[in-house]
Amino acid sequence: MATTQQCEMLLTVNGEAHSVIARPADTLLFVLRNKLRLTGAKPGCLNGDCGACTVLIDGGPIKSCMMLAIETVGKTITTIEGLKHSPIQQAFVEHFAFQCGYCTPGFIMNAHALTEKYPDASDDVIQEWLESNICRCTSYREIEQAVKSVLLKKHRND
Amino acid sequence: MVPFDFTYHQPSSIHEAIQLFQTLQQQGKKPMYYAGGTEIITLSRLHLVFTDAVIDIKQIPECQVLDIQQQQLVLGAGVSLTTIEEANPFPLLTKTASEVADRTARNQITLGGNICGQIFYREAVLPLLLADSEVVIAGKDGVQQRSIHQVFQQHMQLQPGEFLIQVKTEQTYLSLPYAHIKRRKQGEVGYPLVTVAALKKDGQLRVAFSGVCPFPFRSQAVEERLNQQLPVNTRIDEALQHLPRPILDDIEGSAQYRLFVLKHTLFDIITELEGE
Repeated sequence: MATTQQCEMLLTVNGEAHSVIARPADTLLFVLRNKLRLTGAKPGCLNGDCGACTVLIDGGPIKSCMMLAIETVGKTITTIEGLKHSPIQQAFVEHFAFQCGYCTPGFIMNAHALTEKYPDASDDVIQEWLESNICRCTSYREIEQAVKSVLLKKHRND
Repeated sequence: MVPFDFTYHQPSSIHEAIQLFQTLQQQGKKPMYYAGGTEIITLSRLHLVFTDAVIDIKQIPECQVLDIQQQQLVLGAGVSLTTIEEANPFPLLTKTASEVADRTARNQITLGGNICGQIFYREAVLPLLLADSEVVIAGKDGVQQRSIHQVFQQHMQLQPGEFLIQVKTEQTYLSLPYAHIKRRKQGEVGYPLVTVAALKKDGQLRVAFSGVCPFPFRSQAVEERLNQQLPVNTRIDEALQHLPRPILDDIEGSAQYRLFVLKHTLFDIITELEGE
């Protein structure tokens, strides 16, 4: 497949197919926010460091500032707008796991993937995953508690 | 935001990728092979990389192999570091890979991208240097398998149009005793002050380094000193005299501080592998 400078991409975002005209050089973050008006994924460092732009690609967390939109053709993209009343969202509210809220969508997407993939995640695994995101307000303790509460509820329901 | 345009190509075979590179080059373009893409996107944003055509190798089946074949571990260049970690076929590589960047970034960073990258830490190469791995490279002259020691000298010595397909490691190396220590300026994520990886084979230490010099390396002179029948601190002091130069001296740490940290890290590595 070769493309010209602007091309049509068919992206599947939050269960809906979208036809987008964008540059192959456009990042997924740029396309989500500027073409699809899905502004939940946040631009932070734009360098893959802060994790504010984290979305799920085929269920796994990816920093959308570091991936080309064209790479996601044929894959399933989930943004924070696609999570509805998920356990991790509820847990963030219950544990006050945010202050300014700018990093929250990225943290929630990462934490959601973690709790889905590793319902028995150890403390080390939780720490390893959460290190991918930065919270300038330092709500780390509350975020960790929120993640652990979701894992605990999953176990109680088993 | 990538501040320039490029065309995007997604070949499905090695042959197609090589043909594409040649065709694009003949058209006057500056094609670049693309795997995880994190470094290309990052450095493009800083105007440190330019390409007007990227060739994404991730759809090439040979680049996605993770398997034991004929007593060798075969890892495709397009396999992500987290995929390698989760499969864990080579525990030293798992440990080394798990300390590159952060967990989410490693979902994208590939083995080939880390080894062939411009950012000079290239830590995933350390276990491969220690295990005398072979690299499979495609270019206009076809597919060739070579020793990593021939091809990786400070960085991957690839000719224009060549790209890394796979890394092959003899199965006997995968379960050898190992140690790996990455020391950073601060925190648990980020570039190293020093990274030391070691394997113990036939009673001898093999040691490779990143963060000490502006390139990863394994040095015969250093290993000879570390394997002498002398007190540990004497061996380390002599080994440090034989490090390649220059020693990194940058915002992460001064040369003097890096050597101080390295000395203690080597002591910990030797203690772990020799039980002293």
